[in-house]
Amino acid sequence: MTTTAITPDAIREFIYLEARLIDEKRFAEWYDLFTDDARYWIPLTRHQPDGVNHTSLMYEDKLLLKVRIERLKNPRSFSQQQPSFCQHVMQAPSLEVSDDSPGHWVTRTPFAYFETQLDTQIVLAGVSWLHLVAVSGELRIQMKKVELVNCDAALPSIQLFL
Amino acid sequence: MNRYRGNPDAIRALVREDEVHRDVYTDPELFALEQEHLFRNTWIYLGHDSQVPKPGDFYTADIAGRPLLMLRGGDGVLRVLYNRCAHKGAKIVNAVTGNTGTVLRCPYHGWTYRADGGVRTIPLKGGYEGTRFDSCQASVGMVAVANVENYRGFVFVRLSEQGMDFRDYFGASLTSIDNMVDRSPEGRLEVAGGVLRYLHNCNWKMFIENLNDAMHPMVAHESSAGTAKSLWSSQPPDAPKPMVIEQFVPFVSGYDFFDNMGVKIYDNGHSYTGVNFSIHSKYSAVPAYEAAMIASYGAERAHAILAEARHNTVYYPSLTIKGAIQAIRVARPLAVDRTVLESWTFRLVGAPEELLQRTLMYSRLINAPTSVVGHDDLLCYRAIQEGLAADGNEWVSLHRNFSADERQSIAGVYTGTSEVSMRGQFRAWARFMAGAAAQGGAA
Repeated sequence: MTTTAITPDAIREFIYLEARLIDEKRFAEWYDLFTDDARYWIPLTRHQPDGVNHTSLMYEDKLLLKVRIERLKNPRSFSQQQPSFCQHVMQAPSLEVSDDSPGHWVTRTPFAYFETQLDTQIVLAGVSWLHLVAVSGELRIQMKKVELVNCDAALPSIQLFL
Repeated sequence: MNRYRGNPDAIRALVREDEVHRDVYTDPELFALEQEHLFRNTWIYLGHDSQVPKPGDFYTADIAGRPLLMLRGGDGVLRVLYNRCAHKGAKIVNAVTGNTGTVLRCPYHGWTYRADGGVRTIPLKGGYEGTRFDSCQASVGMVAVANVENYRGFVFVRLSEQGMDFRDYFGASLTSIDNMVDRSPEGRLEVAGGVLRYLHNCNWKMFIENLNDAMHPMVAHESSAGTAKSLWSSQPPDAPKPMVIEQFVPFVSGYDFFDNMGVKIYDNGHSYTGVNFSIHSKYSAVPAYEAAMIASYGAERAHAILAEARHNTVYYPSLTIKGAIQAIRVARPLAVDRTVLESWTFRLVGAPEELLQRTLMYSRLINAPTSVVGHDDLLCYRAIQEGLAADGNEWVSLHRNFSADERQSIAGVYTGTSEVSMRGQFRAWARFMAGAAAQGGAA
């Protein structure tokens, strides 16, 4: 397999694609963006060191992500009988760490997130961090960490993916 | 319109021995009366003493709509004060947690107070000379809550001056707290891992009733726990089970499982499911933990403590605990159709950190606003909140396994899928709502 150079432009396109796949509910494709050992993490507090020794809103490996994605297809997912939809609105990402030789990049993307269910809309904002690696020349996510600005608020149900 | 205020007969008529009127979930006047009576006449969990370990440490919360301040004094004593300046009424402390330093000081006019609420200093005190100030409450200081009980670290308050004694109110249901604390090799718990706060657009009672509702998991949670179970089913039988699978899969056990689990009912609305075993019984053993327990308690007592795996204990009306995994949930009612559910987790002092990690995982998977289990529970509560507006049936059925013997005494052990826990809760509800605080005796 030939490897194409991973340019800053390619990284930006990848970040926008990742959010777009969620917004378009293309969850199978989205799932494949993650490495086998990936984590999807929404901390519960600011500057939280890890997802194991403190509660998080989400700290999911691929098995747990799979449970969510499969559940959304299940007609007995009662909380989704009236389906939810979401939209990310993103600020231009910045490349915080760029290490081309082993292929490791960290990006930071401030965002606003809208999740609707008929007449109810919730709005969340925060910063999304992606830890990216190259796998066979393709970008993959090793960690997606979503820092919500109101992580310590009493929150309603958040049913899709930030 | 006052249909219920000053009308205890109308309130009592809402609760029949085997059904309740929908107004208990939907009527704003009843919600206001619950705050005034039920949540003031009973013992309500405020917080854990490990949240305020050092002098000056505080934790604030509202109970029955009243602002409370739990404070550790310089003398090491934990006290609960109404969080209100004696002067013009400003809340003295305006954060959830923190440390006051050596003195409580009002942010508005700088009045200062001692840890027991007594006035320490008032700026330009001479301005009160020749006034009637000395005969008013402002001159005394902040009001302390008289009825506070610290039961093995769990701090409860009863805001009403008159009412049942703490031990009489909870009785032997306190054995569930005992078991959770005894699971620490040092007999001590510490709040750890943060608090999940999940906003529920439903009446608080729907959550409390659900905790001992053993007829819903296999239905409501089929899509979440059932999906986890089916994803794992392709694994060979001897494949090591990830903790998430151990925690999810028992939710979709069959009716037999939940029936045989059993439910124990106490007076005053308290109860627990999991008399014989529970969804927490088959978690993998942690050998270093068992060794620490045996070293502390001896083998026989250690095994007896660990064999008790109660599911959910309801301390009516607002605290529910899972002793077997050291997690509690607290209902904080905000309005008739609005409740915040807090999920707190605990470290077993002296146990390996793996135990806390298991607790945190469970709380995240099941209790977070992002939980696929929680989403379907809340959908059901919300569906009730909206569905009850329907015409043609104003009553909610609680008939399952009703027996006339309950009229005499409801305390006892029943089949796990009975609705007896809800009948017990409403029996207590009617009594404490109808202003029975001073009458004594069990509900």
